[in-house]
Amino acid sequence: MSNKTTLIDRRDADHGSLEIDAEAVNSKAARELYKKRTPIYPKISGGPFRTLKWGAMIVLLAIYYLTPLIRWDRGAGAPDQAVLVDFEGRRFYFFFIELWPQEVYFITGLLIMASVGIFLSSALFGRVWCGYACPQTVWTDLYIHVERWIEGDRNARIRLDKAPMSVDKARKKVTKHVLWILIAALTGGAWVFYFGDAPTLMRNIFTGQASAPVYLFIGILTFTTYALAGTMREQVCTYLCPWPRIQAAMTDRHALSVTYKVARGEPRAAHKKDASWEGRGDCIDCRQCVAVCPQGIDIRDGDQLECINCALCIDACDAVMEKVGRPKGLIAYDSYENVDRAKSGEKPVYRFARPRTILYAVVLVAVSAVMVYALLNRTMLSLDAMRDRSPPYVRLSDGSIRNGYMVRVINKEQRERTLELRVDGLPDAKITAMALPATTDGGLVVTARADNVTSMRIYVVSKAATERSNAIRFTLTEPTTGKTSERAAIFMAGDPR
Amino acid sequence: MTTPKNIGPEHHAVDEFSGTRTTGHEWDGIRELDTPLPRWWLYIFYACIAVAVVYWVLMPAWPMLNSYTPGTLGFSDRRNVAAEIQTLQAARKPSFERLNTATYDQIVADPQLAEFARAAGESTFGDNCRTCHGAGGAGAPGYPNLADDVWIWGGTLTDIEHTLRVGVRSTHADTRLSVMPAYGRDQLLSAREIGDVAEYVLTLSAARDRAKPDAAAAARGAAVFQQQCVACHGATGAGDRAFGAPSLTDDVWLYGGSREEVRKQIELGRGGVMPTWEARFDPAMIRALSVYVYGLGGGEPTPVAAPAAAPAPAAATTP
Repeated sequence: MSNKTTLIDRRDADHGSLEIDAEAVNSKAARELYKKRTPIYPKISGGPFRTLKWGAMIVLLAIYYLTPLIRWDRGAGAPDQAVLVDFEGRRFYFFFIELWPQEVYFITGLLIMASVGIFLSSALFGRVWCGYACPQTVWTDLYIHVERWIEGDRNARIRLDKAPMSVDKARKKVTKHVLWILIAALTGGAWVFYFGDAPTLMRNIFTGQASAPVYLFIGILTFTTYALAGTMREQVCTYLCPWPRIQAAMTDRHALSVTYKVARGEPRAAHKKDASWEGRGDCIDCRQCVAVCPQGIDIRDGDQLECINCALCIDACDAVMEKVGRPKGLIAYDSYENVDRAKSGEKPVYRFARPRTILYAVVLVAVSAVMVYALLNRTMLSLDAMRDRSPPYVRLSDGSIRNGYMVRVINKEQRERTLELRVDGLPDAKITAMALPATTDGGLVVTARADNVTSMRIYVVSKAATERSNAIRFTLTEPTTGKTSERAAIFMAGDPR
Repeated sequence: MTTPKNIGPEHHAVDEFSGTRTTGHEWDGIRELDTPLPRWWLYIFYACIAVAVVYWVLMPAWPMLNSYTPGTLGFSDRRNVAAEIQTLQAARKPSFERLNTATYDQIVADPQLAEFARAAGESTFGDNCRTCHGAGGAGAPGYPNLADDVWIWGGTLTDIEHTLRVGVRSTHADTRLSVMPAYGRDQLLSAREIGDVAEYVLTLSAARDRAKPDAAAAARGAAVFQQQCVACHGATGAGDRAFGAPSLTDDVWLYGGSREEVRKQIELGRGGVMPTWEARFDPAMIRALSVYVYGLGGGEPTPVAAPAAAPAPAAATTP
């Protein structure tokens, strides 16, 4: 249960700088049950992958924080927020798309696309989602940068934690946690904007007029952000997230992932300047790959569940290789297959088109096509007709039969529509309602409210209906556009059996 | 048996294989590991205990002999419900007031008010009227169907409201009242005469195709009908709502339209009782009920002018 990170003064032969030996605290060898978390002090690295992570972080955080602020004009009476989950109005707005609760299958389709997309990316490039795009990664990265900004880089942070409490240490710690909580609160604050009009909500939050659930959710997200990105970090990936386990089923020997090239690196040993490279591997055992790792592992141990493929060790190793004058890419995106091939001296192969990736791609394209088709052809006008269950039918004084229906007209357009409702299927069926005007040909004029469901009680009267149960059909027509919607229904003229 | 001296967790044996302390119990050589609880679990457990203690102080919690500990927040579900009901009633008050003052024409013309009345009427109907009249006013033998266009006492909004207020054969002083004599039980007619009248009534009604009445018996029954029945049911059997006399010309029957049922009704002269609702509901609720019943499908338009000339549509139920 001791802190496994040890301070070893070691004069690096080449650079003469004080280095702190980096130990992979989460490596398999260091694993034990009921172990208290050993803190990890990732060192900053520089290089193309660090730059890529900077870019991904900026873009993703910008999307998260700015999306609710985008306005989108939908006309009067409709919200003008581009992306809005409107629980009260039971609508989901996404730019030009407006979904009703009964269209939740679009969300299902989106989730299928997201998961198949992740499958595909994993099969091609390993855990790119984990390494660059997962919110846990992005926010943890952000928190580590704040930590570094306040407390300094790896060595300074280790020394600070070892040092006895002092005013300076307390100031740094308090500043760091205050900044973390501030970021967490902003995260929670942006979250609620997706569920209400952002400018109004912002004003209400600061004037104390927002509803209790708003503050509650800001509080919950503030807590989870602070806890997950600030204090739990890599433990979330290792212990909480199911993805590292699923991952194993999604990759194969040809999937690229961050890999240490054993054949080239081993046997590893420290290297003195101008010494020969004959009979030894390129790895100089400088442990820079361990020092920069936010997950506390040693990539040279091979593929591990803890590894999120952030590729920061690639940058670290490349920098060292450059310094010692060896080719870059000792740690690089490569496949198991190639690691094994290199051992036996074969040439590397890169096979991106494999049955697995082709299947994922085909499923992804198919689901996307279905989604786009469904979106383009979604009905903007429909009707429901629910027949009265009691009484099932009514015999009138002139001998005719009357059935009552609750007709619901669903109008998804943002304008009020004047429609005509007719019934057919019985030769003499007459359609009536308490307070709806009639058309010249025996239909009813129905006014469907904009973006709403309009319910009305409709009666159908017939003398010719002889069967116990007769099939009829309601037709809704918009005379101005010719658009129609139909709904089959039953006309009862005898006691239900 | 002597008490072992070395008791207490610090003396419990450590399992060699796992390195974990045991609980100190031993069953035939089998010992139980005293594996520590996960820290997160333990902390949440402690937090729950702390929350429980805070809850006892703030909220009603412990039962006492005659009451309970009320808690410092003064929380009471009963009071909350009462407050919610009061809020609801306050919110509905203006609508009920409008129901009271508006004319029926105004109510029907105002979709919001009409829907309010219909909804209020529906829930009250469900609690009070449905027992006899059935869900949706479907009716049952002896209990009129309220969804058809056949009315014994009239189907305009004001007629329905009046029936609701005073009831039928009720305790109300101005109750709607019609009494059909029990021709058989009180021996006003012989069994043969009753049979003949029943055949004649079936001849009058729209059920004649179905029932195929005996022409000779019907002819004899016609004479009895002219003596006994025309005063209320009219010469053609069209009935008269002024007396609550149902029409005998249609095929809608309160006590059933079979030959036996018609004969039985002439014998017994049955008549149901509908209570007066004036004392149970305020006028606004009675009007809401009227609107609901009217909207079940059979409501009749209010005669516009010249009530004398208003045609009585083929309406009214049978015996």
